[in-house]
Amino acid sequence: MIDKKHIGKAFPPVTAELEKGRLRFFAKAIGETDPVYSDEAAAKAAGYRSLPMPPTFLFCLEMEQPDPYAWFGEVGLELPKILHGEQSFTYHLPACAGDVLTFSSRIVDIYDKKKGALEFMVKETRVTNQNGEHIADVRNVIVQRNA
Amino acid sequence: MSLSYDSITVGQTLPPLKLPPVSRTTLALYCGASGDHNPIHVDIDFARKARMPDVFAHGMLSMAWLGRLLTGWVPQKQLRQFSVRFTGITYVGNVITCTGKVVDKFERNGERLVKVEVQSANQYGDVKILGDALIAF
Repeated sequence: MIDKKHIGKAFPPVTAELEKGRLRFFAKAIGETDPVYSDEAAAKAAGYRSLPMPPTFLFCLEMEQPDPYAWFGEVGLELPKILHGEQSFTYHLPACAGDVLTFSSRIVDIYDKKKGALEFMVKETRVTNQNGEHIADVRNVIVQRNA
Repeated sequence: MSLSYDSITVGQTLPPLKLPPVSRTTLALYCGASGDHNPIHVDIDFARKARMPDVFAHGMLSMAWLGRLLTGWVPQKQLRQFSVRFTGITYVGNVITCTGKVVDKFERNGERLVKVEVQSANQYGDVKILGDALIAF
């Protein structure tokens, strides 16, 4: 069970660098063929400083820590029981390879449905870059199946 | 291929994106590239212990495909918001098609925005993801 006392819980900020090689690997993994996402010359010709971070990569970068699931146990989430419920990104400024991003997350809501058979945890993350600019907001809903 | 705000009409559809069938290799590559090492997507023993019939695709892989649908239509710098709800599990062998439709055009804080509804569905028409995006012009 996810204890509702964790509503409001803030996590230590996570900082990660956006690496070119990793972005090329990600482009390959999702089948992205637009050269803007793998060829720096194409990215620069399109007006980017370097390879741009694709729209969903913020979710991945936040997992760049020794054990991205370490906090699951602290709040009562169990990896075999979870599913991704919802995901949302709001973009304020673009991010490119070479940027160093900081993710500050907190749990904003915990609730259940079907008498506890399904539990929901809502986490919001503010993302800033190396210049302290607020570049994005991320919202994540995880569902735990207890049935 | 620069689209203008005035040329876009509500009801207009985006060019669909059809993916190759989801394979275990697809999932292994995404596991490594995304950094999401949850074994339920790549280790069938773990998946079965979790009472799933097989490994299944990361929700975020399908969202990345929807991202490709959007950035294949307009440059990514125009993307302001992108939200999805995962409604079904995408399995190995599923052939996913991403589609999108313009549902609204409006102005907010001096910016002209187009709202697009997107979805991902398999070859049987089972919807896996529903979402929307705001694109600035």
